[in-house]
Amino acid sequence: MKATGRVHKYGDHIDTDAIIAARYLSTTDPIELAAHCMQDIDADFVERAEPGDIIVAGENFGCGSSREHAPIAIKAAGVSAVIAGNFARIFYRNALNIGLPIIEAPEAAAAINAGDEVTVDTEAGTIVDHTTGEEFTFQPLTDVAAELVQAGGLVPMVKERLAGKK
Amino acid sequence: MTITEKLLARAAGRDAVKPGEFVSCKLDLVLANDITAPIAIDEFRNMGADGVFDPKKVALVCDHSTPNRNIEAATQTKKVREFAREMGIPNYWEADQGGIEHIILPDKGLVIPGDVVIGADSHTCTYGALGAFSTGVGSTDAAAGMALGECWFRVPETIEVIYSGELQPWVCGKDLILKLIGEIGVAGARYRALEFKGAVIENLGMAGRFTICNMAIEAGAKNGVVAPDATTLQWVEGRSEREPVVFGSDDDASYFRTVEIDCNVLEPQVAFPHLPENTKGISEVGDVPIDQVVIGACTNGRLEDLREAAKVLEDRHVADGIRCIVIPGSQEIHLQATREGLVEKFLQAGCLVSTPTCGPCLGMHMGVLAEGERAIATTNRNFVGRMGHPKSEVYLASPAVAAASAVAGKIAGPADV
Repeated sequence: MKATGRVHKYGDHIDTDAIIAARYLSTTDPIELAAHCMQDIDADFVERAEPGDIIVAGENFGCGSSREHAPIAIKAAGVSAVIAGNFARIFYRNALNIGLPIIEAPEAAAAINAGDEVTVDTEAGTIVDHTTGEEFTFQPLTDVAAELVQAGGLVPMVKERLAGKK
Repeated sequence: MTITEKLLARAAGRDAVKPGEFVSCKLDLVLANDITAPIAIDEFRNMGADGVFDPKKVALVCDHSTPNRNIEAATQTKKVREFAREMGIPNYWEADQGGIEHIILPDKGLVIPGDVVIGADSHTCTYGALGAFSTGVGSTDAAAGMALGECWFRVPETIEVIYSGELQPWVCGKDLILKLIGEIGVAGARYRALEFKGAVIENLGMAGRFTICNMAIEAGAKNGVVAPDATTLQWVEGRSEREPVVFGSDDDASYFRTVEIDCNVLEPQVAFPHLPENTKGISEVGDVPIDQVVIGACTNGRLEDLREAAKVLEDRHVADGIRCIVIPGSQEIHLQATREGLVEKFLQAGCLVSTPTCGPCLGMHMGVLAEGERAIATTNRNFVGRMGHPKSEVYLASPAVAAASAVAGKIAGPADV
């Protein structure tokens, strides 16, 4: 996967209540969820966000609630990838399961600025910040995580297994 | 091996596992609620599944928006209810009929020592208190669990937490876990297991152990666990027809890190906004006026918690202008609290006693905060906007501290009122 977009930058411990507040969880519609993405910590995010944009954040992105509505809202808001120092584990699983590209790259996460234009290449394991000219590398996914991405998420993977059983 | 490694090895059909390995485990229970089940149900259908792997090993609890707060919530609950009926799932409850998921599932004997459990709710880690491996996942993982009865895990390294000494007056499980999160931070146990032990844990009842394991996720942990002992087995007795499987960590088990907390000098703790790691001892809190108090949630909605709160509120009255909401964690707890006279004490003190619900904990309903308002709550999270307006504030504490604060009209310890 290769994606290029402008950066929205956040700090450490961005929790899933900040990504999508509980008061909006009485729906499963991705478009409705996307309309409130990041609302409580960045009220203009939805207005500013363009298709392909990239979220860059610090440590422990997606901590807190297990709500899958969080990666769903980010994906439906048009975000092409999330780069963070690291991710909270439930969010990490959820993102892989639904096919939201996530990249653990502490150096890049610290160096990239809000508004920079960035290209991410998940197969090559590279991030290029076109605004500053800096380049970063990261470890491509391995094991189950790589298999999930390869399969296009958990649903097709389970579907194939169940079809094999029948 | 540690207890966490042994639990995962058994469910993976292996003699041994090591941290960092990926294993596929058989599941003893898969849980989802009214927020997470609707997505799980859609994905379950998208997977082409005809039925759940074992209807008795799936639990669906509608507790977050119930009693249904609006038409949209009622529609989601209806979807979950109908799915449970269609799949023949006997373990279906709405909070106003059963209670809060993490309180009723152990109470009803659906989780016992030795089990491996996933739940589409981050506080699924609560059941580690029984000596089970139990962890939160998202809706799609829960859907796969319902379809296959399996889930993959990366075996976590374990952090050992030793609580030594003796608990001081008014110090309880909530203070033990808040203190730990304050020490290691909200990412301090990220991807790791937290194993709680030491003299204080050995002497602690199940309610306190549930509270501690409930908030393991607040340190980023994959699971929290307490090795089963006589207290656990006595508590489990008569709740399930299944036999508990008891594991403990080996003497030569290898730990990522050991944290020791001396409880001889531990006072009641309060976590300041907007992260659970912002803890202070009650003596360092200063003058913090409040508008609302919430006593309940999967963290502290058990009978023992209500008894502690009632001890403080008995023969006292909630301060002028303070809303104090008490939420028993289940219908059974509400009934027992009524029989014991706790409900009358709360009402006489000027508290509101609610039907079981997660409601205010996540700013859903039944106690949402306006801009600039401040609450002290026995819940587990104090993130921005957690209980309502993004410019409201939540302070986390024990039932005793929350009750004392209701009386004082500002954050206060039970010894101060």
